[in-house]
Amino acid sequence: MASTEIIHAHAAPQGFIRKYIFSLDHKVIGLQYYFLALIAVFVGMGLSLLMRIHLIWPNANLPIFGAIKPETYLMFLTMHGTIMVFFVLTTAPQGGFGNYFLPIQIGAPDMAFPTLNMLSFWTTFVAFVVLVAAFFVGAPLHGWTGYAPLSAVPSAGPGEGLGADLWITSIAIFCAASLMGALNFITTVLDMRAKGMTMMRMPLTCWAWFITAILGLLAFGVLLAAGILLLMDRNLGTSFFVPGGLNFTGQTSFPTGGFSSSTDLIKHNGGSPLLWQHLFWFFGHPEVYIAILPGMGVASQLLSTFSRKPIFGYRAMVYAMLGIGILGFVVWGHHMFMSGMSPYTAFAFSIMTMAIGVPSAIKTFNWLGTLYQGRVRFHTPMLFAIGFVSLFVSGGLSGPFLAQPVLDIPLHDTYFVVGHFHLIMGVAAIFGIFAATYYWFPKMFGRMMSEGLGRWHFFLTLLGTYAIFMPMHYLGLAGQTRRYSEFTQVAYQTKLIPLQTFITYAAIVTISAQFIFLFNLFWSMAKGKKATDNPWEATTLEWTTATPPPHDNFGGRTPVVSHGPYEYSVPGAARDFVMQNDPATTPAH
Amino acid sequence: MAEAAVHHDVAGVYEPSLFGTYSKKIGMWLFLASDSVTFGALLFAYSYGRISNPSWPTPFGKESIINATIMTACLLSSSLTMVLGVLAAHRGDMAKVRNWLLATMFFGAAFIVLHAIEWSKLIHEGMTPFTNPWAPSVPQFGGTFFTLTGMHMLHVTIGVIYLGVVALRKKFLPVLVVLWLIGWLATPANNVFHLGVHVLLIGAVVSAMVMFLKPKIYDSHDIEVAGLYWHFVDLVWMFIFPLVYLMSTRI
Repeated sequence: MASTEIIHAHAAPQGFIRKYIFSLDHKVIGLQYYFLALIAVFVGMGLSLLMRIHLIWPNANLPIFGAIKPETYLMFLTMHGTIMVFFVLTTAPQGGFGNYFLPIQIGAPDMAFPTLNMLSFWTTFVAFVVLVAAFFVGAPLHGWTGYAPLSAVPSAGPGEGLGADLWITSIAIFCAASLMGALNFITTVLDMRAKGMTMMRMPLTCWAWFITAILGLLAFGVLLAAGILLLMDRNLGTSFFVPGGLNFTGQTSFPTGGFSSSTDLIKHNGGSPLLWQHLFWFFGHPEVYIAILPGMGVASQLLSTFSRKPIFGYRAMVYAMLGIGILGFVVWGHHMFMSGMSPYTAFAFSIMTMAIGVPSAIKTFNWLGTLYQGRVRFHTPMLFAIGFVSLFVSGGLSGPFLAQPVLDIPLHDTYFVVGHFHLIMGVAAIFGIFAATYYWFPKMFGRMMSEGLGRWHFFLTLLGTYAIFMPMHYLGLAGQTRRYSEFTQVAYQTKLIPLQTFITYAAIVTISAQFIFLFNLFWSMAKGKKATDNPWEATTLEWTTATPPPHDNFGGRTPVVSHGPYEYSVPGAARDFVMQNDPATTPAH
Repeated sequence: MAEAAVHHDVAGVYEPSLFGTYSKKIGMWLFLASDSVTFGALLFAYSYGRISNPSWPTPFGKESIINATIMTACLLSSSLTMVLGVLAAHRGDMAKVRNWLLATMFFGAAFIVLHAIEWSKLIHEGMTPFTNPWAPSVPQFGGTFFTLTGMHMLHVTIGVIYLGVVALRKKFLPVLVVLWLIGWLATPANNVFHLGVHVLLIGAVVSAMVMFLKPKIYDSHDIEVAGLYWHFVDLVWMFIFPLVYLMSTRI
């Protein structure tokens, strides 16, 4: 039976709109996700710059923005967190690179459900537009975690009216989009692997995207439910998250009852703010791994490729990721030690959280084992992969501190936590995205990115992020409170301002360095050195096809896989690497 | 649900699926997994509210329980007719399939109508999402009731539309529009279903779009996948019925 016609369910599109806008091609959709995240990351980064400036010059009169008020600072905080977590850390590694390379790496012509894939991106896009719309009506100030009752009562503060409605609507839409995406990824991995591509021959990137999708499938459904309940609390007057007797701006929550307008508090009673926290963090903790797991996959792929060695302990890496994924669902309580919790429950959550250190350490030592005695090639993607490991260790080591209630309680509302999660969830994941960009750019655009600019970008960003986030740990230990818009009121906090000033200068340098990346990205698309089909001498299937890949990925043929994903320096082989689809006669893994 | 890009009867091109089945079925199972997590969160919110409010009202009398039992019987019967429909599809007897699906839709629609009457009765008695006449200090009673049963009713409605599209295809669209108009005109303007019936119109538009984008004849796989969804919706009710109704009886 001729397989091409049957497999090739949708023909190559003709018009501009079907080709680039409403495309069914996973590669185009992947790029759409990537550029959406690129826009989002610059918005989020701009907000962080404004926050840093406000922290040290609270009275500065900025162009366009004027003097930033404390509530404006909190709005920036909310939007920075929401945009970064949802539209950058979730969107770029999974929606962007996962979409583009998962089907190619497993030898499939497209995702299992191409229409659903398109729908998933455009739903994400709508979610982003709705979120950005919140800027224009006054963004909410409840932070990306949206703790009730602040987020549940429209009159709780500026921006908590229509702005908060738009915020939670955006998140609910994003949940629906992520569920569609996750479903598609899992089905694709289970059902569309090329002949010979057994589960244990999949590149670790595919395993990472697969496990991330499982986490997304089970986590976003809960956030969706929480979002529906929050919307009902805000607009239908239910009391899921709002206790009785609240007093906001002089109004207590016991007027006449009825549907709420934007200003009136209605009769709320008996609700629990903790319920929101449970539902939110049941999603929120797996979300941390949704952000970081694809980075782990990319780091594994790159460390092996550029060390010219098989990945150390492939199976251990897979099981460690599975272990992290499973444990990720039973540790949400460690975000709530401060919220009031039985010490026995806290103990259980604490033990589970520290248990995550085991699979994380397995991964770290395997990465180091991969590097050990390798013939390391320090190309830019490799630098960022090593940077990922470095940040993963630095950010991860403070995890076991915060996992213990006795240490978490004094540290929780300080800059210690800000430093911790930015290092591990923020910058480490971003380094994964950078590594993936430099690594796969030749395949996506047919040209190489500039190595010189890449190196500048890497060293400035690595040193810059350490200069920003390492001092935050000290600030936290010294008692500097997070979420405060300025530190001029309390004597002991005023003494810490010089260190905050240093952080702001470091942030300005680091943010400036990102424009090197932006320039490199677009300049290389047009003017970069032409790339060959396999510039890194890597083994996985995306490097066996043309650059950029044809519409059905492999030009009508379907690859047959005979080798594991990381067969480098195989004794007796003609080259120092064996491609996954090389004939089986070359020594197998 | 979009189409599967790959037919797995193409021997030798792909690794066998991990579960030895086709993409659409895996996709539906995964959707159900995420949906059960969503319902799980709603049930968790219900349990949380109920445990933290000791004076939870127990207003459901004999009439409500009998009504809910009939509704349960409707859904259980619809599961049976769905199974018979899937079996007929595996035999290739598409005429029988259509009849069984229509029977399933009938039971589903009966469930919705009975539930709507029940809702209207409770609303008439003074129950809203933010208060209830039996325990005014526990607004969670109305909130959780309407959230859980409303979400479930939405799922049943989507299920009936889904089955209608599978059974009758394009011929179902006018039926849906007529049902929408009747529902809209027959319900009084202050009734919640005067607004809620617009779900049927949205359903008609979405179904038309799906049929326009994917014009095809539904085969036994599609019937089986639709059946999975239907059984799941029934299963959810088997949690809601005891938790919401039987645990709040005043008999």
